[in-house]
Amino acid sequence: MSRPRPLSSRNYGAAYSFPMGVWFTLFFLLPIGIIVTYSFMRKGIHGGVEWQPTFDAYIQMFNSSYGKLFVRTLWVTFVSTVLAIAIALPCGYAMARSKMQTLLLFLVIIPFWTNSLIRINAWIAILGNEGFINETLMKLGIIKESLPLLYNESAVILVLVYMYLPYAILPIFTAMDKFDFSLLEAARDLGATKPQSMFKVLLPNVRAGIVTAIIFTFIPIFGAYTVPLLVGGKDSYMLGNIVVDQVTKVRNWPLASAFSMVITVVSTVGVLWMMGTSAREAARVKGARVKQEGAL
Amino acid sequence: MNSKPGFNIYGHFLSRLSKKKPTSEPARHARRAFQNLNHRSLSNTMLTLAIAFLFLPLAVTVVYSFNDAKSMVWTGFSLRWYDKLVFGSEKLWTSFGNSAIIALSAGAVSTALGTLAAIGVNWYRFRGRMYIQTISFLPMVLPEVIIGISMLIFFSAVNVPLGMFTIFIAHTTFCLPFVFLMVLARLDEFDFSIIEAAHDLGASEKQTLFRVIVPAIMPGILSGFMMAVTMSLEDFVITFFVSGPGSTTLPLYVFSMVRYGISPVINALSFVMILGTMAIAFILRNFLKNIAASK
Repeated sequence: MSRPRPLSSRNYGAAYSFPMGVWFTLFFLLPIGIIVTYSFMRKGIHGGVEWQPTFDAYIQMFNSSYGKLFVRTLWVTFVSTVLAIAIALPCGYAMARSKMQTLLLFLVIIPFWTNSLIRINAWIAILGNEGFINETLMKLGIIKESLPLLYNESAVILVLVYMYLPYAILPIFTAMDKFDFSLLEAARDLGATKPQSMFKVLLPNVRAGIVTAIIFTFIPIFGAYTVPLLVGGKDSYMLGNIVVDQVTKVRNWPLASAFSMVITVVSTVGVLWMMGTSAREAARVKGARVKQEGAL
Repeated sequence: MNSKPGFNIYGHFLSRLSKKKPTSEPARHARRAFQNLNHRSLSNTMLTLAIAFLFLPLAVTVVYSFNDAKSMVWTGFSLRWYDKLVFGSEKLWTSFGNSAIIALSAGAVSTALGTLAAIGVNWYRFRGRMYIQTISFLPMVLPEVIIGISMLIFFSAVNVPLGMFTIFIAHTTFCLPFVFLMVLARLDEFDFSIIEAAHDLGASEKQTLFRVIVPAIMPGILSGFMMAVTMSLEDFVITFFVSGPGSTTLPLYVFSMVRYGISPVINALSFVMILGTMAIAFILRNFLKNIAASK
């Protein structure tokens, strides 16, 4: 972005960007603003809200069952994100070093772009009581009764990892693709062990990609709705499900808004924190480099 | 590099491990084995497994779409579910029509707005530039449920009846950031001297835009458009909130099929949709790297 700009006689920048700016202000910022306002309102009798400022909705959230739900959501999100990143790191590495990058990207992107409900449905067909695994095992005579593979927390985590694995692989691949792999050989020549060259040379250099991968897996999983609804049981509901129930069934809009606020704040703080740490790190590395150059 | 604090806990852990000399013979062997692990073959195996994992459910669905029986017990090859998909699922095709209308219109509008904004932001410095960049980033990082609910509450607050129009608005909103980023990425590779040349040769701003810039970034614009269409066709969560009676889209219809009992017609539909996805990915094969980078 540091390229010198052509000097035009007139500045049309604002005019070019104006339509999109207006669109986002109207259809994104304003709705979020309304949610913030509604979360401080009283619930109307027939749905909707009454214009009375109150903290009722936030007080309602401090309820042990919601607390449990919140902890479970965080736990499921944490486990799924860690698993997805752990799988994605070697995958991104292998893809970056491969000679068939386009083919591999193609293979990762196809399941990723296939309709999410189709993919969830496929897992139901595999894990269900009369699903692929159970029917196959019964046919082979290994089990007599079908195993309860579906409608529990493990199924939710499995399918979440499945759904968001490409989100983790793609940014890690992009970062690794820009990495100069001869540095690894250099590290080895200088006496680093293989794990050392990986953890001290490769990973710090692809850090931005890892951060992006975490953001793009953690946030959608934290707000997941369809996966826990369709492959989870009643006891594996997540925050997203509660919000939707509050909106569509209970029609308690202030409470739904308050929950949305919690999800928004946790996501935003998470993003800012992740980006902040990587920015600070980048600044630190840059500073160290400048110092070294100065010393030379 | 050696005394880097913070992030690299694993690195520290490992370097500590390697400083300590294991005394017993098996431990030393184990350590050497770990250090001599070939990372490339290890990661290649992992990648193969991951791709198998990603394709396994799709493969099972495709295979069972040709199964004669309704259950997951294989009874014989049959095309009856495809027959039912093509000739016996009118509602499904209506919903597909709705989806197509929304995807094309939302794709077109988001591509137009996103491209213009990207040119403006990449080109000029102006007041509100930071605002544009920040606000175009936010919809990507908020969970879909939040965007859906905020839109639902917004439309009901301003008394807009839910239907095709509200879905179009919502889809344009969540497609815009991606188009914007993809065009921006393309502009970053752009040789600016061409524009200077155009200006020097007396081209007006409008001429420069339509005769120089737009043709040069056309691949970026097209892939942004395709991206938007794909995302719109696939979205369920946001659509779920802002749809009204008579505006069922394909994902909404599929949801009701998944939710209320499995009919093998959905397997047949899955295969058709997977083929569609493959076709789109194939058309976009030269931009896959850009797409990966914009995620």
